[in-house]
Amino acid sequence: MAVTSPALAHEASPATAAVRRNRFSFERILSPLLLAPSAVAIFIFVYGFIGYTFFVSLSNWRSAKPDMTIREPFGAVYGDLFGQTRFQIDLRNTVVFTLFFLLMAVLGGLGLAILLDRHIKGSGFFRSVFLFPYALSFITTGVAWSWIFNPETGVNLLINATGVNDILAAYDVGPLNPGWITNPAVVWQLNQPIAAIYPPAGEWSLKLGIPLAMIPVAIAAAWQLSGFAMAMFLAGLGTISHEVREAASLDGASDWRLYKDVIIPLLNPITVSVLIILTHVSLKIFDLVFAMSGKGPGFATDVPGIFVYEMIFRAQRYNYGAAAAIVMLVGVSIVIVPYLARQLKSL
Amino acid sequence: MYDVKKAMTARASRREIVKGGAALGVGALGLGRLDNRIAAAQDGGTLEVFSWWTSPGEAPALQALFDAYLAAHPGVEIINAAVAGGAGVNAIAVLQTRLQGNQPPDSWQTHIGRELIDQYVVPGYCEPITDIYTAEGWADVMPEALVEQATWESEQYSIPVGVHRGNGFWYNRQVMADNGIEVGDTMSIEEFMTAADTLQSAGIPALALAMKDTFPGAQLFENTLLGVAGAETYNALFRGETSWDDQAVRDAADATAAMLDYVNEDFSALSWDQAVALVIEGGAGFNSMGDWAYGEVVARNAQDNIGWVSHPGTAGSFVLVVDSFTLPVGAPNPENARNWLTVLGSKEAQEAFNPLKGSIPPRTDANRELFSPYHQWSMDSFANDALVPSCAHGQASSPAFKQAFYDASTSFVTDKDVDTYIAMLSDAAAMDAEATA
Repeated sequence: MAVTSPALAHEASPATAAVRRNRFSFERILSPLLLAPSAVAIFIFVYGFIGYTFFVSLSNWRSAKPDMTIREPFGAVYGDLFGQTRFQIDLRNTVVFTLFFLLMAVLGGLGLAILLDRHIKGSGFFRSVFLFPYALSFITTGVAWSWIFNPETGVNLLINATGVNDILAAYDVGPLNPGWITNPAVVWQLNQPIAAIYPPAGEWSLKLGIPLAMIPVAIAAAWQLSGFAMAMFLAGLGTISHEVREAASLDGASDWRLYKDVIIPLLNPITVSVLIILTHVSLKIFDLVFAMSGKGPGFATDVPGIFVYEMIFRAQRYNYGAAAAIVMLVGVSIVIVPYLARQLKSL
Repeated sequence: MYDVKKAMTARASRREIVKGGAALGVGALGLGRLDNRIAAAQDGGTLEVFSWWTSPGEAPALQALFDAYLAAHPGVEIINAAVAGGAGVNAIAVLQTRLQGNQPPDSWQTHIGRELIDQYVVPGYCEPITDIYTAEGWADVMPEALVEQATWESEQYSIPVGVHRGNGFWYNRQVMADNGIEVGDTMSIEEFMTAADTLQSAGIPALALAMKDTFPGAQLFENTLLGVAGAETYNALFRGETSWDDQAVRDAADATAAMLDYVNEDFSALSWDQAVALVIEGGAGFNSMGDWAYGEVVARNAQDNIGWVSHPGTAGSFVLVVDSFTLPVGAPNPENARNWLTVLGSKEAQEAFNPLKGSIPPRTDANRELFSPYHQWSMDSFANDALVPSCAHGQASSPAFKQAFYDASTSFVTDKDVDTYIAMLSDAAAMDAEATA
């Protein structure tokens, strides 16, 4: 330790040793002392309440009055929770949303970063422009995009203005008028293929597929967070030295090969960080969906966050809400914990 | 004159409260209570009223109640603890937190029926106010079926201030005239279907639906259920005396599914007021909605063009959506709170409040002249028809069943799958019975 070595060096003088020892011990407790308040606060308000939430999720608390007796059989709340069609739909939606959102945000962010990295004129201006959406609150984004993807007011008017529908009408084809966030369809359903192998799947009330209404929501989320991904990638690109690029060019690599085989592989650590951070945003998403489409037609855009909110504050089924919150926490942990473990190891 | 003794008590309580506040580490709350105590030591004290009435139509109505109170009890400082959010969605969450933390206001707003009983009375958050009912003779001037819904084990727990009618069916007169549809004083489901076909061939959605805030779908089914099954079966279902897989429920679900074939396509993106607006603008023929819809009609100055009947098949029934106020256990200012409730039950307060709120007084002796033609029609219905509680608005069931009812309806309006719908409602009822057992 840096503090100990000067103290040891002066050990020879016994008169000052006591003072030194005092100061030494004071300094030694100083940093734990300073950290203690936040450590205690984190211990109580994070881990304490996680424990409390877990306890509630096992309890009988399903009315306005807390009832902390443990529900029999142990863990029955979780059984009921996973048996509920709405919660199954929520899990499906989370997976679909995460996939689309990650794909669009990461590719979008990477694309923007590469364009800006080429030092075109006004790149500083565009960097700010692309980063701005990240500064907005999800509620603002949600409200604005709900107008854009409302079939009566938004992007459909734009489609009409292009005259596409006049052309379609000329060929006796119905107008192109997507329902966006109001479309209840679930496409690419896997129920039948799975039922062929595992017959009980034919009875599932959950439609295992892609709810189309979720895609506009993922677009809005990607619009907001691709600026963040861009900033991360730009930082990564900044660390790639000119020598590497020049070496690749001297070896005759085209721009395409340069990015595909040299730069993007070098950005891998950044990509992993971006993916992890965006995934945990996606698993916890609530406000954007709540403001933009709510539960959606037939729960097409419902997510576990909304489920938790409604179970606790509307239905007063505190144990259900707590159980769903714990499921969300486990989901996030599965993504975050290995990442943190790896980061800590590399320190 | 400077009263030393009073000042001393004020200081003592201040110290005590500050101490308590510091010990809890809840500085803000402590200060809030401190202000209350100081005011209490100086004059008639305070009265904290908790509600979700903040919108331009609601806030003046609440103010009218405050004015009526202050006229009778000057010198009391009223704290308006209203939390914004339609149908109290945010307010109820805040109130739950306060009650669980033993920080009740002096009185709070709630719907009567199961919302009052399940959420507040049974958990022990409310004091009975039976003595005020008796002293003021309220049971004589309010319908029995209404008072019954504020009653638990023969004690009354809240005083109704305004009554909304949940089974309204609003239509655009111009659209009807243009398509040769005549709407009489009542409408049957068959008549609606015929009109809906006519409108559909004219390219107009017959039924404006809005599912952004979920309740309209549940309300549509609840009204249709009442229309198909009748008031008696309807009540029996919510009391748990009739099973949810009864044939009447199936018929009602079939009828609702048939009606859902005529809704606007963007229903999942609309809020209830936008559906009312759709009818006002002629974009749809009908809207099934409680009479807060009439507030939208008035706000848009469209009274001449908007007509109303009871939801198809429900003439002779009145779906109650009733706002009321309670007396909490451990109210900070119990005397003021009891005075507040006494004022709320008075003819004067109810006559001042309801025309502004767009509801009708629970008291049947109010002056009809103060009300619009629609509300006079509603008052007649209130006085003569069968009064049934609304489930979509929390009065007929536990909050857990209401949520399950909402969830089932959210799926149903999209997939129109009658079997699944009935299965979900039956499951919810079974789970509810198990929870209360």
